Amino acid sequence: MTRRIISFLPLLVVAVLLGFFVVGLQMDPRRLPSALLHQPLPAFALDGLPGRAPPLTDSAQLTGQVALVNFFGSWCAACIQEHPMLNRIQAEGVAPLHGIAFQDKPQATLRFLARHGDPYDRVGYDTTNRIAIEFGVTGAPETFVIDKAGVIRHKHVGPITEDDWVDTLRPMIEDLQDG
Amino acid sequence: MIPEIGHFALVLALGVAVVQAVVPMIGAQRGNLAWMEVARPASVALVLCIGVAFAALTHSYVVSDFSVTNVFMNSHTDKPMLYKISGVWGNHEGSLLLWILILAVFSLAVSVFGGNLPPALRARALAVQAMITTGFLLFILFTSNPFARLDPAPFDGRGLNPLLQDPGLAFHPPMLYLGYVGFSMAFSFAIAALIEGRVDAAWARWVRPWTLIAWVFLTFGIALGSWWAYYELGWGGYWYWDPVENASFIPWLAGTALLHSAIVAEKRDTLKSWTILLAIITFSLSLLGTFLVRSGVITSVHAFATDPTRGVFILLLLAITVVGSFSLYAWRAPQMKGGGVFAPVSREGTLLLNNVLLSTASATVLLGTLYPLFADALQLGKVSVGPPFFNSVFVPLMIPMLILMGVGPMLAWKRGDALGAVRRLWTALVATAAVVLGTWVLAGGSVVNAGAALGMGVGAWLLLATMVEWAERVRLFRVPPRDSLRRATNLPRSAYGMTVAHVGTALLVMGVVGNTAWKSETVQVMRPGETIPIGPRALVFEGAERMPGPNYDAIRGRLRLIDGDGHTIAIMSPEKRQYTSPPMATTEAAIHTTGVHDYYAVIGDPSPGDGAGAFVTRFYYEPFVPLLWYGALLMGLGGLVSLSDRRHRVGVPRRARAAQGASSTAAATTEAPARA
Repeated sequence: MTRRIISFLPLLVVAVLLGFFVVGLQMDPRRLPSALLHQPLPAFALDGLPGRAPPLTDSAQLTGQVALVNFFGSWCAACIQEHPMLNRIQAEGVAPLHGIAFQDKPQATLRFLARHGDPYDRVGYDTTNRIAIEFGVTGAPETFVIDKAGVIRHKHVGPITEDDWVDTLRPMIEDLQDG
Repeated sequence: MIPEIGHFALVLALGVAVVQAVVPMIGAQRGNLAWMEVARPASVALVLCIGVAFAALTHSYVVSDFSVTNVFMNSHTDKPMLYKISGVWGNHEGSLLLWILILAVFSLAVSVFGGNLPPALRARALAVQAMITTGFLLFILFTSNPFARLDPAPFDGRGLNPLLQDPGLAFHPPMLYLGYVGFSMAFSFAIAALIEGRVDAAWARWVRPWTLIAWVFLTFGIALGSWWAYYELGWGGYWYWDPVENASFIPWLAGTALLHSAIVAEKRDTLKSWTILLAIITFSLSLLGTFLVRSGVITSVHAFATDPTRGVFILLLLAITVVGSFSLYAWRAPQMKGGGVFAPVSREGTLLLNNVLLSTASATVLLGTLYPLFADALQLGKVSVGPPFFNSVFVPLMIPMLILMGVGPMLAWKRGDALGAVRRLWTALVATAAVVLGTWVLAGGSVVNAGAALGMGVGAWLLLATMVEWAERVRLFRVPPRDSLRRATNLPRSAYGMTVAHVGTALLVMGVVGNTAWKSETVQVMRPGETIPIGPRALVFEGAERMPGPNYDAIRGRLRLIDGDGHTIAIMSPEKRQYTSPPMATTEAAIHTTGVHDYYAVIGDPSPGDGAGAFVTRFYYEPFVPLLWYGALLMGLGGLVSLSDRRHRVGVPRRARAAQGASSTAAATTEAPARA
């Protein structure tokens, strides 16, 4: 009898495992929860990039209309990959797109923008990386959607792909603009 | 036109696979030989159909037919021919096509070489094999059609991920797949045996070579992948416990256990139920590996192509396979009769313990790999499990196993003499102690190095004990050298296979331990003319220049490796490449090897702020890494040597039977018992 029971054990184990896979498939492991979601964006003061106007110097500049804030750096390979998409987002002109460069040197950032195109409305330069920490940035690139009241509505981790833009971000921005 | 022929061939293959899955199975149940024999022509037809499909896709890649979506997404006219061809399996759809091609070729091998198998067992095994093929064909046709067209055809393709444009990686996926798919044979035989309700030594003798082939390919495949990561990714490491690496390592561990328990099943006619279970588990883990890599349930730096719809389909395949096979096991296994008994201290005993340790290791790695998924599903938060977990749980499991590996082969079957084995191993024991002490003193004698010295000792123990075991077999120094030589030439290949593979394991262990303990790494900004020490040598930075490549633009550094007296040992030229399609940067490390140690240099970005011509450079001193590659190579070779053993060779039993004539039917039945 024990033999019978023991031989059923493997079946039981795989059944439990399969249950987890079914649940697991419905989740996106790359989606990291942000503690700041649905919170007002942290107040900050930033420097602009020398020789590039207009600068993003104050968190107040982000309120009043739905906006995208993209954290990037010239050192980040995924940002290079993402850049053509950002250029396209700017060309579509759905909402202002602001950039915050972090862990970077201003000269390097400027060269990066000169080489790959400059899709940003305002660019801030996070000298101390404090702002990136306050936004809870875990890597680059990361993009935040901020509503009219200055509340963070969405955080996108990693390069924005065409599908992300068309299926998620753009509809969300349009909803926020209507609402 | 050609892609449509390929597509059509796949649909045809599905029909053939269904026939092969159903007809021989019914035939075997009813004892109808004609129905059973359908499996053989069907397996030929299946290989032809899938072969045509594979050839059609390869053709589309070779001629760069961008009207095929798959080619457009993964190829480019500028790509060298080798990578156009390797691009066929460098993507999801093509790799699945390769998967089923290999699956079909294995089936064909069974129907061609399986002439001396009992017809019912062969028919059932081939039918199970065809069921797996059917599942994957459905998967390809419904979710991953490699022949989908694009209209209008784009002018040029998007290119293959440049990280994958590498000779090491061109052959890594096919090797892994040969391993994964190879385990399907053991699985099919296990299911066939469960349906028949009997397992005997002949069954185990059939399963062993197939498991061995799969294991050899998987070993080479994992080693190739590790080697690729080492020289291509530019991190100076060879193993990261990344989910995708684990996905191939988990079945490898289970497969290694299967390999050894099949020996017991064959030689001693025991551990049969366990061997069957392992065969099912190993293949299920191979499927799981495919699921993890292809579905994206777990994030990985390797997740090149993930798609949830495909995930659902693979999960379904996995579920049908494992629920079906484990239910069958639960139903049938209790009826299986146990074979010979054995004492705890015996060859069987150590092999069983080896099995327990390997299976535990496999389960542990699986747990670590899936833990983020469990935690996420149970709302315990987002976690990632990294090398510290794996190192701290895996190593303690491996140490007793490695020590045991030295003793096990010295023990007799059924009842071993532990004291006698230790007495015969005393030379190895003394030499191991000397190695531990010597390493410790050479490394500086500090407490920190004691662990490393003991680790090297474990590797040395296995190496020495394996050598002693071989010396014992040929009675080296006990009988005249000529007699030893005669004994050495008469040893079966399988014995040599074990010796070579275990020596390989020992080298691998020493490579890992030595590298972990004494590796060093420096990152700095260097101006031309500057020198930085690396291990016992030093590197002089002589500058860097732009170098255009066929489909990339590179910065190539020039570094001179010098010894203590300033003599040049080698010129090293690491590169940083910016590929054009797709736009992506890669590092090409420069590695100078002495055969025991590696000097490893990576060039980073220019740093004009620190002076003209200044660059960021990273140097790694990688002691003992080459031992890893020798070790893995020897392990695989050991498997091949064992595979060439007389017992496994095709037709041997039949020839033996013919030569001995009708008088020695006893000998013939031990080779291929006629049960049908």
